[in-house]
Amino acid sequence: MSTLHTVNKSAYERNALKSCLDHALPGDAILLIEDGVLAARKGGSIAPALTAAKASCKIYALGPDLAARGIVAGQVLEGIETVDYAGFVDLAAGASRVCAWL
Amino acid sequence: MRFAIQINEGPYTHQASDTAYQFTKAALEKGHEIFRVFFYHDGVNNGTRYTVPPQDDRNLQKLWSELAEKYKLDLVVCIAAAQRRGILDANEAKRQGKDGDNIAPGFRISGLGQLIEAGIQADRLIVFGD
Repeated sequence: MSTLHTVNKSAYERNALKSCLDHALPGDAILLIEDGVLAARKGGSIAPALTAAKASCKIYALGPDLAARGIVAGQVLEGIETVDYAGFVDLAAGASRVCAWL
Repeated sequence: MRFAIQINEGPYTHQASDTAYQFTKAALEKGHEIFRVFFYHDGVNNGTRYTVPPQDDRNLQKLWSELAEKYKLDLVVCIAAAQRRGILDANEAKRQGKDGDNIAPGFRISGLGQLIEAGIQADRLIVFGD
């Protein structure tokens, strides 16, 4: 009965990702999309919170949105899996519900 | 699996309509069913056929209309949100005494009940917006 959480806002602009991390339950999946992918960058101030969340949740980032923002593979935090739109569909189908943190 | 899509943001505002389109397209290409796409709030602006973006830019209204035609999608625009933003079909234009309509091909105007039904009938409701 897991939830897929989508976060589409930059963690450096809004607190959507923080709210999501505070509410996500162990076993949930979190998908960073649109400006949300900026949080996946290594060395960012939000990185420690994401690294901590990885212990209980699986974290993904949408590849086309990373590429659109110039974040290349080597700059993505370890343990964050990159997916394409088909992968997004698979994650949505695989979870029991999808929660968008708008 | 049966998906329903809700879009709360207009085209070119940010990225929600683009992401929703790419998600919907990917789901259909994987053989999933899209029960309905519901355009709410500023999302109704996706449904005007009077958009003329530059030729080298994506035309989201056209992309949605083409996808709807190819897969027989049900694209529903919320009536209350549409009236506030000047999105009219022929019936609404007549009823409101306006001189023309602008609803894009493949879109139809209806009420919030359509969103509720989509939430009930679909296995997953995915929301895109700001």
